[in-house]
Amino acid sequence: MAIIKKPKAVKIKQNHLLGIQDLSFSDVSEIINEAKTFIQLNRSSSKKMDLLRGKTQINLFFEPSTRTQSSFELAGKRLGADVMSMNIVNSAIKKGETLIDTAMTLNAMHPDIIVIRHQDSGAPNLLSQKVNCAVINAGDGRREHPTQALLDALTIINRRGKVEGLKIAICGDILHSRVARSNIYLMNMLGAEVNIVAPKTLLPHSIERLGVKVFTDMKKGLDKCDIVMMLRLQNERMQGSFLPSPREYYEYFGLTPDKISVAKKDALIMHPGPMNRGVEIDTNLADDINRSVIREQVELGVAVRMACLKLFCKKIS
Amino acid sequence: MKEKYLINARIIDPKNQVDVIGGLIIDENGKIKASGKKITIQNLPSDSEILDLKNQILIPGLVDMRVFVGEPGYEYKENFRTLSDAALSGGVTSVVSMPNTLPVIDNVSMVDFLKRRGRDKSKINIFPAASLTKNTDGKQMTEFGLLKRKGIAAFTDGTKTVQDPQLMSRIMSFASQSESLIMQHAEDNILSKGGLINDGEISTRLGLQGIPSLAEKIIVERDLSFLEEYFCRYHISQVSSEKTVSTIRLAKKAGKIFSAGVSINNLSLNENDIGDFRTFLKLSPPLRTENDRLALIEGVNDGSIDVIVSDHKPQDEESKRLTFAQAATGAAGVETLLPLALELYHNNSIKLDKLIATMTSNPAKILQINKGSLDTGNDADLCILDINKPWVVKQHELKSKSKNTPIEDRKLQGIVTNTFVKGKNVFCRNK
Repeated sequence: MAIIKKPKAVKIKQNHLLGIQDLSFSDVSEIINEAKTFIQLNRSSSKKMDLLRGKTQINLFFEPSTRTQSSFELAGKRLGADVMSMNIVNSAIKKGETLIDTAMTLNAMHPDIIVIRHQDSGAPNLLSQKVNCAVINAGDGRREHPTQALLDALTIINRRGKVEGLKIAICGDILHSRVARSNIYLMNMLGAEVNIVAPKTLLPHSIERLGVKVFTDMKKGLDKCDIVMMLRLQNERMQGSFLPSPREYYEYFGLTPDKISVAKKDALIMHPGPMNRGVEIDTNLADDINRSVIREQVELGVAVRMACLKLFCKKIS
Repeated sequence: MKEKYLINARIIDPKNQVDVIGGLIIDENGKIKASGKKITIQNLPSDSEILDLKNQILIPGLVDMRVFVGEPGYEYKENFRTLSDAALSGGVTSVVSMPNTLPVIDNVSMVDFLKRRGRDKSKINIFPAASLTKNTDGKQMTEFGLLKRKGIAAFTDGTKTVQDPQLMSRIMSFASQSESLIMQHAEDNILSKGGLINDGEISTRLGLQGIPSLAEKIIVERDLSFLEEYFCRYHISQVSSEKTVSTIRLAKKAGKIFSAGVSINNLSLNENDIGDFRTFLKLSPPLRTENDRLALIEGVNDGSIDVIVSDHKPQDEESKRLTFAQAATGAAGVETLLPLALELYHNNSIKLDKLIATMTSNPAKILQINKGSLDTGNDADLCILDINKPWVVKQHELKSKSKNTPIEDRKLQGIVTNTFVKGKNVFCRNK
């Protein structure tokens, strides 16, 4: 399957994984190649390794998360790290402690890696300036969600052999989506052609400057696409009215058998989850085992996170 | 006080269209007695105090129309003494202080406090502004007449905009009776809600919610429409976008009488300077595109924009060491106002006399105060500068209590060497 060129013993230059924007092509190749080695391990009966034995990983989640947090937790544990997940609801942050103070406190406990999710864009960058360990961004505001984009790339490579030359449509709430931004950077870097499809109210300013084609009509945007990435409508981030109703949104932007018919016959359907069935995606399409790779994304997510933990943790020690 | 003779200076006095090599005499009361090219080394009385300026430039002390003092309530950010030191080091001798304090400057008793603190702790002239509405809540107008009589120079909600159009029209209508100066911070609250930086490519890349330039333009257009019905002394505090400059240009061409300002930050920086979430560049109005910056320069050149302000807003370290969304807005800048503005002269963006006018005679005219010129009989508030001297901005060298400069490590050309207030040499830079 693997068609990404094997890099010549390149080392990742960054100390932290803050975003796809900071990575080079060879960094990405190294992460993907590393992740591939973990796919089989994760499917075997004995999943535990001791690559990160003695290392401490802290998961610092300021936003609720099920899949990303558990994925990072599993990834760390499978590599043998001691994993601690901070429950922010009960922490000092709720008592008014600033992010930097929290970082300094945690830093004093000598972690080797901190995985952070935060509602403010740039929070992982700030954290990385203050701690002595590797910082991995598990999603910050609307800015980036690098491991999600990396697992999406791995899923595509797993199925299609490569990303280069593919036509990828990213559809839905682009405005509030860090997944969209990270995927735009990554898929562009890997040589795909990226289409964005969204209602005008959910398009960020000057998004075309990121190297994408912009559509407001699903059928035009999905035309001859190899990959259709649906995004979740992020109602919790919306201040005020962006759409008339979920019903109208589904009518024009929901992924239905009719709309996907213009894409390539074997087009893959992806979704970072959690899904709003019947809002952005037809429920049968989401479960269509011939097309939907949504569950595979979750599976490979663990492998990608293991690769990231391994590569960035090593970097620091 | 003895008479003082300042000689061998290049005197630039935009109000009187003077740009000559000569001298200036300060009388024993600290007033300007005379100035011009006839005052030279040859015709000085022998017992007078003489200061040879060695061809440095002598201009009126600067009038900065937008400065935040921490008193009362935020003394840990800036107090009158530190503000005064910072201002003098930048050649600023008069400031309009914003009313966004704790409590807000919205009643007569607060004015006495400000005047007393200003007089006792600072060496500069403080022209306090009071709020347009009680507690800057945007609901109930303040006592324009009574406050003005007490010595309030202008009215503004400072960092806030009067959103309610009915109230704004009534404010303009009522304030005209007392000939009060209304200064609007133009930003539509709803359009800018949650916004952190300019709405554009950078906000998309950084994942920060944008503030559209329309939020500014819409308020300016609204207020200029009101101005037709309810004429008053009206000033737009800070313009940040090309769109608003165009609106102002057209309105002025159509004969409307009002004035507008711009922050030196918006003239010298753009949204790209925010870089990797630098919270010191979180400003209001936000830094916009290079195109907007160039339009603002054009606006200064064609007279659409009348004044340049520092928008000096000191913030303590704790307010800035946060994520971009949580960090406080504003930058310290009173002491770098002139040197940073001189960059626009050195790179041929704005002519020197024009540039100086925007920080001296123009604000004085809008405020209707006897400052910002070298008129005979005025207080000798003077700024002497070495226009070519190169230097580098260093946070720790700033005199302001808070060090949140947006131009750390910037190489500038031109520095203030001496500042006079009421004839006294209150600041002298160590060589």
